[in-house]
This record gives sequence, C-alpha cells and structure tokens, in this order.
Amino acid sequence: MTINASEKSAISSGTEAGFTPSEEPTTELGVKTSRKSSRRSTSSTGTPSNFLPVSFPNKFLPLLLILPEVLVVAVFFIWPSAQAIYQSTIQSNAFGLGSKFAGLANFKAALASGYTRSLTITAIFTLVTTVVSMAIGLLLAMQVEQTGRFRPIYRTLFIWSYAVPGAVAGTIWLFLFEPKIGPGAKLLQSMGIHWNFALSGSQAFTLICAMTIWQQCAYNYIFFSAGLQAIPANVIEAAGLDCKGWQKFKYIIFPLLSPTTLFVLILDVLSALFGSFSVIDIVSQGGPGGSTTTLVYALYRDGFQNGDVGLAGAETLLLFVLSAILLLLQSRITRRRVHYR
Amino acid sequence: MTTLSIEVKANKDQMRARRKRFGRSALRHLFLVIAASAFALPIYLALVISTHSAIDLLRGVPFAPGTKLISNLSSLFRGLPGTPRLGKMIFNSAIMALAITILKLGLSIPAAYAISFFRFRSRDLLFGLIFVTLMMPIEVRFFPTYAVTAKLGMLNSQFGLILPLVASATAVFVLRQFFMAFPIELADAARIDGIGPIRFLIKIVLPLSRPVLAALAVLEFVYGWNQYLWPLVISSSANSSTIVMGIKGLISAAESFAIPQWNLVMALAIVALIPPVIVVIAMQKWFIKGLTTGIS
Repeated sequence: MTINASEKSAISSGTEAGFTPSEEPTTELGVKTSRKSSRRSTSSTGTPSNFLPVSFPNKFLPLLLILPEVLVVAVFFIWPSAQAIYQSTIQSNAFGLGSKFAGLANFKAALASGYTRSLTITAIFTLVTTVVSMAIGLLLAMQVEQTGRFRPIYRTLFIWSYAVPGAVAGTIWLFLFEPKIGPGAKLLQSMGIHWNFALSGSQAFTLICAMTIWQQCAYNYIFFSAGLQAIPANVIEAAGLDCKGWQKFKYIIFPLLSPTTLFVLILDVLSALFGSFSVIDIVSQGGPGGSTTTLVYALYRDGFQNGDVGLAGAETLLLFVLSAILLLLQSRITRRRVHYR
Repeated sequence: MTTLSIEVKANKDQMRARRKRFGRSALRHLFLVIAASAFALPIYLALVISTHSAIDLLRGVPFAPGTKLISNLSSLFRGLPGTPRLGKMIFNSAIMALAITILKLGLSIPAAYAISFFRFRSRDLLFGLIFVTLMMPIEVRFFPTYAVTAKLGMLNSQFGLILPLVASATAVFVLRQFFMAFPIELADAARIDGIGPIRFLIKIVLPLSRPVLAALAVLEFVYGWNQYLWPLVISSSANSSTIVMGIKGLISAAESFAIPQWNLVMALAIVALIPPVIVVIAMQKWFIKGLTTGIS
C-alpha cells in the first residue's frame, strides 16, 4: 500500500510536465491536451491494468525482460539495505575481527557522537540553500518568461551551471576564496572582513551555502520556467486586465504555480540533504571544528575514516528513515491537491 | 474640445505607455545580463587562471586571459608527481559515464516495457521493488553498498564502480510514464497485424520513444560524469581515478609546490566541466524534458 501511495504521488508530480508521445514540439514542456491528461488522471485512480494501451499474453517473456534490472536492484540495493539493518545492530571490536549483537547501542552511540549537531547543521544548510535558491530561480524564471524572442538565449545562460560537477565547482570556489590569493577573499578582506574559512566555522558554512545556491539556482530555474510555461496564456492575459505586477503575481501566478513550487521544494530538500558531499569534501572536509559536517559527511567520516561499521550502519538507517519520512510527506501533500486544474 | 485634442491626448498616453514599457524591458534585460554574468564569473575566472603561470598569480589574479593554457595542459597530460595523467583520467571518466548511460538504458528499456505492456503475476511486486530505489540516492546507501561490493570481490573493478550507480529507478520510471501515454491506436493496429512483442518494441515503441531516450541519455551521462562520492569510496588506485575525483588529489599535489600550482588545478577543473556542460547546452531541449518529466 505504501508503494502505491508514493507511486501515485510521483505520477501526479510528474504529470504537469509529462511527455507527449507525439513528436510535435508544442512547447518545450509538451503541455498536454486535455484528453491525455484525463486519461492519465483516471489511470492513477483506477487499477493499473485497466488503462494499459496493449497487453501481450506472454507470461515468461516479461519476466525475462525485467530480470536484469531486478537483479541489479536486488544485489546493489536490497541486499545492502538488509546489510545496513544487520550492521546497525552489531558491534565489532577494534580489530574488526569478532563481532557481537549490540541491540540499540549503535543508535545510542550515533546520537551521542554529535549526530544531533550534524542534524542541526544539515537542517540549517537545507533551509538556507532551499529558500534562497528557490527565490532566485523563481525570479529568474519570471523575468526570462517576459523577454519574448530572447528567451532561448537567457535559458542557455541560466541552465548550464547545473551540469558543472559539484567537486569541480567546489574546487573553483575553493580557489576564489582562498585566503591568501583568491580574488573573492581579497574583495572580502578589502571590505574589512577577516576572511579565512579554514579557521572560521561560520565562514566555511557560508561558503558552502553560497556555492550550493549558485548551483541549485539553475535547477530551480528549469522547473519554474517549465511551470510558468504550463500556465495557459489566456489565464495570464485575462488576469492582466484586472491586476498588474505584484498583485498579478501574488493572486494569479503564484497560486497556479504551487504544484511546481512544491515539487521544487521537495527536490531541493532532498538534494541539499544528500547531494552536498562533494562540495564539502573538497572545500572544508567537514571542518573547521565540525561546522560543515552534514549527515552524509558524518556517515563518510565514521564509516570510512574511522571504520566504525556499527555506527555507520546505524547512521545509514537513520538516513533511510529520514528520506522515507520526506517521501511520505511528499505523497501526503501532493494528494491533498495543490492543483487548480 | 474637438476630437482632435482627444486624439492627441490619446496619442500622448500611448507614447508614454510605450516608453514606460520600453524602459521596463531595458531594465529587465540589464538585470538578466548582470545575473547571467554573476553566474558565469567563477567559471570565467577559472578559465583566465588556467591560461596563466603560477608565478603570475602571486601578483594578484589577472582579469584578462594569458598565453600559458597550452603549456599548462601539457604538464597536466604529463601528470604531476603522484597524480594520474590527464588523458588517463578523461578516458576513465568517459568510460564510466558512457557505461552508466548505456547500461541504464539497456536495463531500463526492457524493464519498463515489461511493466507497461504485459500483465503478469508478479508485475506490481517487481515494479514496487524497483520503485523503492527512487528514494535512495547512492549518498544514502553507499556504506552498506561498499560492504556488498567488497563481498562480491568487485572493489577496484569497473563492475563495482558502475553497477551500484545503475541500480536506480529513474529511467524505468520515466520510461513507464512515457509508455503509459502511448497511442492506443498504434498498439491495436500492430496487434491486428500479428506483430509480436519484441518486434513491436523494436519497430514501433523505440522509434517513437526517441525524444525520451535522448533526454534520458543526457541525464544519465551528466549523472555518470559528475559522480564523486562513489568512485572515491570504491577505487583506491590512482590509475582508475576519474577526472572529477582526481581533482582532489591534484589540489593537494599543487599545494605541495613552493608556488601553489593553482593554474593547473583550474585547467583541470575547466577540462572536467566541459563535457557535461557542452552536452547540456547542446541538448538543452531534451535535458529539460528529461528533468521535468521524471525525478532525478
């Protein structure tokens, strides 16, 4: 049942930007015709087998087709997950030779070893990067939408930074803000700031946030501009007769954009929670003084640098639970229908 | 009060409105150009630095490009002490990104086809099994996955590097979405003509899926090329280093010089970001479609 729920949510979150199977490029998003959307919306409420376009009678062939994917998922996903549950309950000795059942001791150790601090850091990091990059992404998308024939040029100018590998972006920022010769650092120092992110925890944290935002903006821009494109032009036009500027945004566009906003919010939270490892590893290695140790970085440190299998297992499990909660939340919210159409 | 004066007034209003609109649009372009430049500035500076020598940097970072790009690149191709050669790293990255792309599509197409076009007993169960991977990126599960990969003796091998990254449902999910909206008429016609399932897939479904396949290929290539954590965890020999993970080793090598070789680090950074950025810009239409359809 839980699988069904999340499946449904994912379908509805993908719906507003679905592919049209026809090759005609209507808009870059492929705004769906009403016939298709009605077909799909019945599909997500009815049983899955009712709406299938065609069903072949073969019984053995589909199993053969799906087998390789299932095999890879089973070996590299299901097995490790089971392993994580098992590992989290055992305690190995210092030489990694013997091990014994430890119950919940690992979870206790995890919570004691600064886990709550990592949790707080991750939460603040997530909040800051999500809010700021969403605001910038939306602002850019709104402005670019109104540039008419220049739109494709601006789109190109704003999407590319998403493709830059996190580790590479981290390296470039690391140099630009390197305290001795980095131009960014010099600029800050000329403004009277004692800039040295190797010593100041808050400065390291700010740097990591800034560069995550730099990267995330492109991603958010893509989704917001897709969402804006999906709002029918006549609705915007009609609204333009009655109200303008901020009013129009507040009462017409923003509410119509709410499914997109929610979708972006959840994606941003997920990527802030789990996707920031490379940047942190390049720029600050979790320091100084643990001020940039997020949950994933703590897991890396405990598991690989300190070799504490039990602790890392417990932390993995806690991450599993966290992402499960987020997905449940997502399916809850999307089911309550933020859609106006 | 003749019609003439009214007309003149109307004309003036129109002019004023037009001027106002022009002013607003100019302001908008100004804002967007500044924003775009701000986004590009870090990369521009990196590019400039990669064209200078290390000594130039000590006098402050220049804003205009220099002439040392070729010599910087050639010292990267020779390799700094303790770091792999640039050519080797590019090769490793290309192999990893392409293998992930091909394997992901090769596994996902038949799986999604089976789920969408057949009715068989364990279908919902198997789909659910694949589907749960959607919510667990490798960053969450890398630790136990490492243990399993070690047990299978796949540490330091291409299989160990690639297969765990392929174990995710994004592509299956996007393809299923697409297949579900498949035109019924075509499928019916095919069945009436007595076309079997495999021929139907190859002759009809795949050609019609070209846009979605292109989108997925772009997404997977960028995903594969940009991997950092998993390659770092799984491979211990410098020879199997990809360019994205090799950058960390180069930073510490460059810093060990009397004059830090940041120009070389920036040159490597530029080389590492060119392939994914080019792919995304060249195929932006498909890339955007791919992103906005599925969950990545």
